[in-house]
Amino acid sequence: MEHTLRQVFRSGKFVAGFSIFVAVLLIVFLYPLIVPHPPLEIISQGTFFPPGIYVDVYDSIGSTTHYTLNLDDAVAKRIASKLKEEDRLAMKEWLVAAGLSESEIDAADTQSLMDQWVNNYDPKTNIPGMTNARRNYYIRLNTSLDGILSTEGAIIAARNPDTGVLEEKRIIPQSEYVNVSEVANVRVLPLGTDNFGRDVLTELVKATTVSLQIGFVAGSIATLIGLALGLLAGYVGGLIDDAIMFFTNLFTVIPSFVLLILISFSIGQERRGAVTIAVVIGFTSWVWTARAVRSQVISLRNRDHVNLSKLSGHSIFHIILADILPYIASYVVMALILQISAGILTEAGLAILGLGPKTTLVPTLGLMMNWAMIYQAQILGKWWAYFPVIITIALIAFSLNLMNTGLDQVFNPTLRD
Amino acid sequence: MPAEKDPCLSGRGVTKVFGFGRTRTVAVDHVDFDFHEGEVISIVGESGSGKTTLAKVLLGLINPTEGEVYFQGKERDIGSYRKKKEYWKQIQAIFQDPYCSYNIFRKIDTVLLDCIHMRGGRGLPRAKKVELMAEACSFVNLKFDELTNKYPFELSGGQMQRLMIARIFLLKPKILLADEPTSMIDACSRATILDMLMQLRDEIGMTVVFITHDIGLAYYVSDVVYIMENGRFVESGSADNVILHPKETYTQRLINDVPKIYEEWDLSTV
Amino acid sequence: MSVMSNVVLEVRDLTTKYVTRFREEVYAVDHVSLQVEEGKSLGIAGESGCGKSTLALSLMGYYFPPLHYTCGEIIIDGRDISAMRPDDVRKSILGTEIAYIPQSAMNALNPTQKVIHFVEDVFQAHDPFKSKKEIHEFAKEAFETLGLPEEVLQKYPVELSGGMKQRTVIAVSVLLCPKVLIADEPSSALDVTTQKMVIKMLKGLMENGFIKSMIFITHELPLLYNVTDDIMVMYAGQIVEKATAREAVFDPLHPYAKGLMGSIIVPESGLRDVKLAAIPGVPPNLKDPPVGCRFAERCKYVRAECKVAAVPLYDAGGGRAYRCILSEEVLREAYQHAG
Repeated sequence: MEHTLRQVFRSGKFVAGFSIFVAVLLIVFLYPLIVPHPPLEIISQGTFFPPGIYVDVYDSIGSTTHYTLNLDDAVAKRIASKLKEEDRLAMKEWLVAAGLSESEIDAADTQSLMDQWVNNYDPKTNIPGMTNARRNYYIRLNTSLDGILSTEGAIIAARNPDTGVLEEKRIIPQSEYVNVSEVANVRVLPLGTDNFGRDVLTELVKATTVSLQIGFVAGSIATLIGLALGLLAGYVGGLIDDAIMFFTNLFTVIPSFVLLILISFSIGQERRGAVTIAVVIGFTSWVWTARAVRSQVISLRNRDHVNLSKLSGHSIFHIILADILPYIASYVVMALILQISAGILTEAGLAILGLGPKTTLVPTLGLMMNWAMIYQAQILGKWWAYFPVIITIALIAFSLNLMNTGLDQVFNPTLRD
Repeated sequence: MPAEKDPCLSGRGVTKVFGFGRTRTVAVDHVDFDFHEGEVISIVGESGSGKTTLAKVLLGLINPTEGEVYFQGKERDIGSYRKKKEYWKQIQAIFQDPYCSYNIFRKIDTVLLDCIHMRGGRGLPRAKKVELMAEACSFVNLKFDELTNKYPFELSGGQMQRLMIARIFLLKPKILLADEPTSMIDACSRATILDMLMQLRDEIGMTVVFITHDIGLAYYVSDVVYIMENGRFVESGSADNVILHPKETYTQRLINDVPKIYEEWDLSTV
Repeated sequence: MSVMSNVVLEVRDLTTKYVTRFREEVYAVDHVSLQVEEGKSLGIAGESGCGKSTLALSLMGYYFPPLHYTCGEIIIDGRDISAMRPDDVRKSILGTEIAYIPQSAMNALNPTQKVIHFVEDVFQAHDPFKSKKEIHEFAKEAFETLGLPEEVLQKYPVELSGGMKQRTVIAVSVLLCPKVLIADEPSSALDVTTQKMVIKMLKGLMENGFIKSMIFITHELPLLYNVTDDIMVMYAGQIVEKATAREAVFDPLHPYAKGLMGSIIVPESGLRDVKLAAIPGVPPNLKDPPVGCRFAERCKYVRAECKVAAVPLYDAGGGRAYRCILSEEVLREAYQHAG
């Protein structure tokens, strides 16, 4: 046993798959301990807020201590962030019309563009062919640029409750900073929010947990049913084998996904919980395990060690448990791993069609995809609503399949090198 | 040779057919035999002659399609699991390939413990069981102390086959079916195995049935030889008669075609 | 040797090793020297795992992992092939100089091709200018000489019986008249009658001039005795005894060879009175072979000196050699005492 385990962990593929899977499991277990927000809490007004760190504006102004930092590039960055692409192009257009050569002007270089503008712009300059409206636009642009360039601070005023007159409370200079850790309300949304305004990352972790549970339950059920039927059909043989194989073949020819859709649909939205879905998936995907186990058992039951066990007076249950099961154990473990992976993918497939678990209690990876699709995240370019989900599904399926291949290499002598 | 006694295992018209229709093959075809107590019998046949199938029928691992097997004068009845278990207390086997004969997940002492339990020793104190197992191991020149907590596959082929004999030593059956017990092990371990089998036979007075393709081995060990061809016995009789003075053409050819060292091996006959 | 001209294959101190996945080295062929003269056949005997099959692979000079060449020379007709690149060996040695027939050769035939296709393949690789018609004529003639019906050429492998398949493989592999044929257990999976046919054909190959010499490897000693002129007994990667077939079987010198020959079973009168010899114990693990004589652990005549230093192969004259520190006389006397 230890020897087998050592061999398994010497297989590079298995170790890679296992590491990825364990990493996913660790994140799933540890994240809720670190970030204890409820996963389905609606926190934002409006949909699809982009990823980032959200700092409360009121709190940061009202923050008790302000710090003065003299950073060289602060002004440049401020101007750069406020100067829109179309304004830059308009500035360049005016400068060219005013007689500067085009090659001299670089619209991307904020500093030189501003210098050139300040030096050359004159609202009185008459540029032929320019409409009045356009001229006014340039005047407005210039005024706002003056505002950006001004080094005065912003004034905070509050209304005096007695007189109703605005009174100056404070001036906030441009070089004043707040420390984010001192601001009362900061929310980090690494993956932004979804269509309902929920934190995508927290939701994703919860969804991964639920999906893994669904996969595990579905995989276990499928493997158990397949194993039981396969063992029975393979070892007992005869009429029982014929009956079980008839049943199995029946299931083989009906596409299981169609069956799944029909069953899910007939259960009804209200009664479809995550567990129900898992059980339904498990009950429709045992067929291949049963067939594979049966064929393995048939080749095992005529082996000499089974004959010897019979001659030692062991009962049929003892033979199945002690002489057959250990020999197919590695095979069954591999089947289980594949079934778990298939369960997760099937759930995702069902949920994306709107036939997954009901949507109010828990998220699943499939449900997240479904929501993103319904609210057109892919058309609006809100990648954070669906792309991390795809990555997670792919990573789980990939790691499980990698583990399976690794195991196959260890246990299948024809693949051993 | 002991005087003619009642046969302890005999068969009349024993037949085993596999498949049906176009795939129908008759593996064992209406064979009659009488194995007497205390004899060493060899069933010699080439691959595909049906000798292993016959062995399985005799062991009760598969049911014959036709014909009856008589065990100790009475018609054999192995209809239920309990009756089969009783039957297997009387008849045991050693298989051809020691590497396939053991469950690789069970340790050696459990293999031997099974045999003690089979003989009704389940209630014995642990020390007594260990003593019995140690005795069996020392009979086949294995050290029990070194074998506990070991798995069968950690032994060599010859040692595994000896462990198999230790099993028989504990079970003390009336009849032992040895299906090519030495064909997978090296020539220089072969004599050890055969000697131990013969010694065990003398000790517990069992009947040994060798199933083999090696006509030299059959001649070396057995009193009575049955030659099998295509599921039928073509010739049978005492080893000296059958092998040194074969009457049937098949037997003659078989013996003629085995390489010899004392006599000329005539290559021109093929 | 006095007359070097008729030595077809000479091997000097050939050593090859297996490198396992865990970087362990197993010297399966350890300083083996042998000579095969024209018209002679050499038999190699030994238990499973003694290195006889590895020796067969090593003799071809065609190494691929996990088997690695370590040292020694393989000289065929004055050409040292041990230093050649594997590709050159495959192109210019295999088939034309050395032919190799493994035990499972008959299962190596592609079931979707007719036998004639394999014949064409052989010529395409080594003699591409021969026309199809010439090849067919040649194959027909060769098969006839070897006692195989001509119809076999137009059949698929599945239509042939096991013995016929094995004989077909042998026929195809000697078509280019190799100087040495190495046959590794070519008949052990077959029934006695088919085995005899294969042996008859192999013996006929030399008489018909298809091959000049043969190396025959098997664990079946009676067979070896009937097929080859000389016998070499291998134990744990080393040669322990080298003698003519008759001497090796009836008058072996090395205690291991003695034990091996004592375990022969043949259906001949007198056998039942003989006590079969048995050798206790198992061969040493070649990952870590003992310093002294490798057979010492199992030897009845072991002495303290045996385990001190490696035992060289003593030349006993007349082509005989054995690897034991005891003299011929002492050994013979010991055997006489043992009965």
